[in-house]
Amino acid sequence: MRHIISILMENESGALARVANLFTARGYNIESLTVAPTEDQSLSRMTLVTRGSDEIIEQITKQLNKLIDVVKLVDLTEGGHLEREMMLIKLRAERIQREEIKRLVDIFRGKIIDVTDTSYTVELTGAASKLNAFVEAVNEELIIEVVRTGPSGIGRGPKGLGL
Amino acid sequence: MELSGGEIIVQCLKDEGVEHVFGYPGGAVLHIYDAIFKQKDVKHILVRHEQAAGHAADGYARATGKPGVMLVTSGPGATNAVTGIATAFMDSIPMVVLTGQVPTPVIGSDAFQEVDTVGITRPCVKHNFLVKRLEDLAETIKKAFYIATTGRPGPVVIDIPKDITDPGIKIPYNYPSQVKMRSYNPVVKGHLGQIKKAVKIMMEAERPVFYTGGGVVLDDAAKPLTDLVDTLGFPITQTLMGLGAYPGSGKHFLGMLGMHGTYEANMAMHETDVLIAVGARFDDRITGHVKQFCPDATIIHIDIDPSSISKNVRVDIPIVGPVKQVLRDMLKVVDEGEMNPKKQALKQWWEQIEKWRSMDCLKYDQTSDLIKPQQAIEVLHKVTKGDAFVTSDVGQHQMFAAQFYHFDKPRRWINSGGLGTMGFGLPAAMGVQMAFPRAEVAVVTGESSIQMCIQELATCLQYELPIKIILLNNGCMGMVRQWQEFFYESRYSQSGMGVTPDFVKLTESYGHVGMRVEKTKDLEGAMKEAFSYKDRLVFLDVVVDPTENVYPMIAAGKGHHEMYLSPGSELV
Ligand SMILES: Cc1cc2nc3c(=O)[nH]c(=O)nc-3n(C[C@H](O)[C@H](O)[C@H](O)COP(=O)(O)OP(=O)(O)OC[C@H]3O[C@@H](n4cnc5c(N)ncnc54)[C@H](O)[C@@H]3O)c2cc1C
Ligand SMILES: Cc1ncc(C[n+]2csc(CCOP(=O)(O)OP(=O)(O)O)c2C)c(N)n1
Ligand SMILES: [Mg+2]
Repeated sequence: MRHIISILMENESGALARVANLFTARGYNIESLTVAPTEDQSLSRMTLVTRGSDEIIEQITKQLNKLIDVVKLVDLTEGGHLEREMMLIKLRAERIQREEIKRLVDIFRGKIIDVTDTSYTVELTGAASKLNAFVEAVNEELIIEVVRTGPSGIGRGPKGLGL
Repeated sequence: MELSGGEIIVQCLKDEGVEHVFGYPGGAVLHIYDAIFKQKDVKHILVRHEQAAGHAADGYARATGKPGVMLVTSGPGATNAVTGIATAFMDSIPMVVLTGQVPTPVIGSDAFQEVDTVGITRPCVKHNFLVKRLEDLAETIKKAFYIATTGRPGPVVIDIPKDITDPGIKIPYNYPSQVKMRSYNPVVKGHLGQIKKAVKIMMEAERPVFYTGGGVVLDDAAKPLTDLVDTLGFPITQTLMGLGAYPGSGKHFLGMLGMHGTYEANMAMHETDVLIAVGARFDDRITGHVKQFCPDATIIHIDIDPSSISKNVRVDIPIVGPVKQVLRDMLKVVDEGEMNPKKQALKQWWEQIEKWRSMDCLKYDQTSDLIKPQQAIEVLHKVTKGDAFVTSDVGQHQMFAAQFYHFDKPRRWINSGGLGTMGFGLPAAMGVQMAFPRAEVAVVTGESSIQMCIQELATCLQYELPIKIILLNNGCMGMVRQWQEFFYESRYSQSGMGVTPDFVKLTESYGHVGMRVEKTKDLEGAMKEAFSYKDRLVFLDVVVDPTENVYPMIAAGKGHHEMYLSPGSELV
């Protein structure tokens, strides 16, 4: 099963390396990992997407919790949650293709943020599955470059992951 | 008080109550060594190789329960220390490791003797720090001791750039009396509800067994463990790391379990209906094939580290907490509830166990003229009255020591179980002897292992450590040879030593007493003579039967009920 684990950790150099190290050393798979500071300068927030059986996910969360730099974590997939990822995708766009791409971008509620005679760069936000759907919907030959941030997530409802 | 970084380090060690630091100097730590030179409270023990500094600090910690401390220089000093650090890490030993680093401004420039120590040690430490500001130094040291010694213990590395210890820069010194870390809160108490649930299941058990490990030793919980086991009358088996917590001569003890465990211990594991695992981590050397592990058992597991629980084997009743407190609470629940285990069922269970015991699985040929290694350990036990500190290296001799010394007290058996580090024994014994100058300290070793840190004989002379080295000399890497005999049709690829030094002369050249014994009839006399030298190191080269193997043996990946019991025997 796919899990999104959200981690609050000390904003120390090396904290990211500890997490990455843990995954390689123990052979856990890691689909994506995003990290950035929070409103509290001393903390950073990481969102990690991984896959594994229940036993493996249990070990992953226990091992993460054991890292001294990890302050708190939550497996978002255990409850209601929102997931968003941003993609920048550069597409070959000439003559008739231009109209077609624009229509597709509208359907997916994306934005064209850079235009040349021969290309469009599209910004698209949503759950990873929606971004996948967009990539599948455009003709593969038109894709010049895809850049994705990896998902970030947050729990639904009034409660937050804080200290 | 205004102090430089170097002085702060020494002062912090004093304030932490550290008496011994095992180390080796070099460029990046010269300021620290200068601060050490100017005082007397913290004693520095100069080893001959940084690996030995690690094992000595580690042996010191295992014997005393206090954190071991070591100090090495940057680059090669740090890389040499890694084996010592990893050894301590695998066995959860509290240690604080100070490593020198190149000055802050040149970090990352491939400076002379620069390695990324924090990066290299990250996977084999509980935590590590790079000190970037002098102002953070004292607090970092406090945190390191706190992390190393609390929760599940482990080594902590503090990497200190040379400019931080500059004698020209002084700041006010203040050692925090305690630290709090929002990201680190080890569990201090097990859940009472879970404890009650566990006790209830234990009272209903018909074929219970305690399986206990290093966690009991680490938490100094031998007393409540022994009380609980004796109150309930349940059988108990201990891992290699747990030996001595429940007395080896105690009536409920089945011997060690696992790959080289006794027949009765492993059979009891296989047939048990309630397994009470205490401070043990279900290592593959004890579980064998996990699918066949304790097939009928409800499993209770007490461990301070949640990640130990259900890691390899699914546990039914987890209790996260320190063993000492949890065992005490269990005793209280039993006492106050006036609970009684199932007498009749237990009686039958013990009858079954006695049948297994009567196989006498540790028997060996006592009539041989060639010295049997098992016998050498039994004689060692006799001569030291079973009360010595025994360190060991890795191999057959280690297993024989574990099987035949019958440790009655915790912290007496000091060996590398998790990493299995050859070269551990002698330096570990130095740490033990430093802590207990008058105690009898024996190293049980093999001719291959001892050569991995043989240079420490010089350290032993310098610090007058009257260690007794008992070399079970079979002329080969016995444990490797045994596997090749069993699983590679006796193709002894590179496991013969070919050339070994004359250990007697070698020892003498280091200024110690060297002795050799070759006949069974001379063994006890030689052992007594060795131990009669109260203030000398004696190296006793015991020439043993080179063909002897360690039995019982469960082949890797087999179930507990499938053991080799004696030479040429089929699996039982
Ligand atoms: C050649 C060789 C052969 C071996 N053969 C065998 C064998 O036959 N049998 C055998 O048993 N081993 C054998 N070993 C050792 C084996 O590799 C493991 O090291 C050993 O089994 C682990 O012991 P343990 O489970 O007690 O865990 P340890 O490594 O001692 O771990 C301690 C556990 O206790 C927990 N703990 C720590 N402190 C506390 C506390 N305060 N409260 C609660 N819990 C705590 C920790 O979290 C951890 O889970 C062999 C090793 C070698 C080198
Ligand atoms: C540093 C290191 N290298 C290799 C090994 C693998 N190994 C385990 S036991 C052993 C042989 C040990 O031989 P010896 O010290 O003579 O002990 P014996 O088994 O003969 O008693 C070896 C090579 C190890 N455990 N540690
Ligand atoms: Mg040997």
